[in-house]
Amino acid sequence: MDHYKFRVVKNHLVQFLVYLALFLALVPLFSILYEVVVRGFSTISIEFFIKPTPTVGEVGGGVANAIQGTLITIGLASLIGVPIGLMSGIFLSEYGESKLSVVVRFLHDVLMGIPSIVIGVFAYALITLSIGFSVIAAAFALSVIMIPIVTRTTEEALKLVPMSIREAAIALGIPRWKATVTVVFSGAKKAIVTGLLLSIARIAGESAPVLVTMGFWRWWFAGFDRPVANLALDIFIFAMSPFKNWLTLAWGSALVLILLVLGISVAARVLTKGRY
Amino acid sequence: MKISQKVFPFFCNLNIKFILQLNHFKGDDIFKLVSALVASSIFLLLGLMVYELVKGSWLSIQTFGLNFIVGTKWDPAVSKVFGALPLILGTLVTSAIALLIGIPISLGVGLALSEYMPKKFGLAVSFLVELLAAVPSVIYGLWGIFVLIPFLRNHVYPYLQTAFGFIPIFSGPIYGGGVLTGGIVLAIMIIPTVSAVMRDVFLTVPNSQREAMIALGATKWETTKTVISYARSGVIGAIILGLGRAVGETMAITMVIGNKFQVWPSSLFDAWYTMAAIIANELLEATYDLYISALINVGLVLLFVALIINILARLIVWRTLRFTRGIARE
Repeated sequence: MDHYKFRVVKNHLVQFLVYLALFLALVPLFSILYEVVVRGFSTISIEFFIKPTPTVGEVGGGVANAIQGTLITIGLASLIGVPIGLMSGIFLSEYGESKLSVVVRFLHDVLMGIPSIVIGVFAYALITLSIGFSVIAAAFALSVIMIPIVTRTTEEALKLVPMSIREAAIALGIPRWKATVTVVFSGAKKAIVTGLLLSIARIAGESAPVLVTMGFWRWWFAGFDRPVANLALDIFIFAMSPFKNWLTLAWGSALVLILLVLGISVAARVLTKGRY
Repeated sequence: MKISQKVFPFFCNLNIKFILQLNHFKGDDIFKLVSALVASSIFLLLGLMVYELVKGSWLSIQTFGLNFIVGTKWDPAVSKVFGALPLILGTLVTSAIALLIGIPISLGVGLALSEYMPKKFGLAVSFLVELLAAVPSVIYGLWGIFVLIPFLRNHVYPYLQTAFGFIPIFSGPIYGGGVLTGGIVLAIMIIPTVSAVMRDVFLTVPNSQREAMIALGATKWETTKTVISYARSGVIGAIILGLGRAVGETMAITMVIGNKFQVWPSSLFDAWYTMAAIIANELLEATYDLYISALINVGLVLLFVALIINILARLIVWRTLRFTRGIARE
């Protein structure tokens, strides 16, 4: 066995290990998708989409209130997070050569790395402790999670627009801000929408900050200073409960949530055709 | 200026004003100022976060001081003493297990996507890996409880125990959930993030490096080894980034680790607790100020651990990506 053969064998061995690693990494994805679809599909009915959370011992019921609550929370969080994120993204892309922007960019990256439970505790200390468990506190926490994602994706999207388009717009005599808001933005529209969709997918699946800021709520929306139900949080509560009906609802909710989140991710990907 | 004023006495004055007007719309200044202010709100946000967490945990800091970090007792019911050392250990050990399992697999995935697979195929599989990163934490937890735990309990752990049972960490009763299960779930969750960053880092390695090795008659693996060593600081950054994600992971780990407060588990199959898990489990049930304050204090410790890890990782990844990007494009 000469040295050359040993090298060839080692080469093939590593190639095998690399593909084995890829296989091992993808097994959970397919297992999760399979289990959620199979177990979730059997619980889904019309009742599932129109009835609120059942009480303990009740048969049937659904997650309609959780879908409503999730939409309200996401909407409220977007109302805070999207404008701030878009403006910050514009600043970083259009006026992004100063020292300030380097620091701002870095801090957004840092914020992106802060655990969502810590952001939840922050919102708890800031809002929940003073006005109680409420959808406002949860929406605030989710908007903090959203801001760095929207900012960075907007920045990247605007940077993809060629400089010549800005120059052409300014040469026509319109102010720079107007050029940014109309011409540059419409050039980057798809990529920006992708970023927004991805950030919404991300906060739709967050449950830790929702848990500590508004807790579990079995009823319909009852005002902005009260909690609302949340799909991701319901899965946690249902899964940890000993009630059989809730356990089946957990899988149904998981199917809805995964369709929502992965659907948004795939849609975002299709929108930009792999450019992103 | 004087000469030109003599030549175009009327025109010149107007000209300067006109040019100034052209380049200087008032709206531009306002827009730039507003965007800069909004972007700078990140300072306010992070500052407020640190301030609120310190304020919230002030009672606990005053009561326990450093004992909070080295204390090993968590007794909200009777003595009202709070020490977070077991939680910190739990977080660090489960994250370490996650890295131990996750690094080799992520490295393999990163290499497969950037070096081994044909480019078109690699893009499609990258998409699948990114989908995995988009799956919500709570669904990993649900899958962990009802699919992974039964599988590990029936098909993996018994064999592991018969093979390595003589080592203390593999002995003891098997519940299914526990330290090792928590580490495995965390590993599954960090692999997409870590391997995606590793792929990006490998893609920035200039082709001349690979060509030079191939020209020397190196095999694919020997070529790949140079690629890895060229990108090593980026690889380290990716690993630290994964560590940051593992440390802050909450829902999935809460659902599979067993949530038992003890200083050190008797084996890898025993239940334990982490910082994030205790906040998720107890913050809603905390009934008096000191208890709430202690839990916020746990959040403050977690924030600092995550900040240190993330700043380190970002600095390393940033540096490599910036230094190598220019060369790679040639």
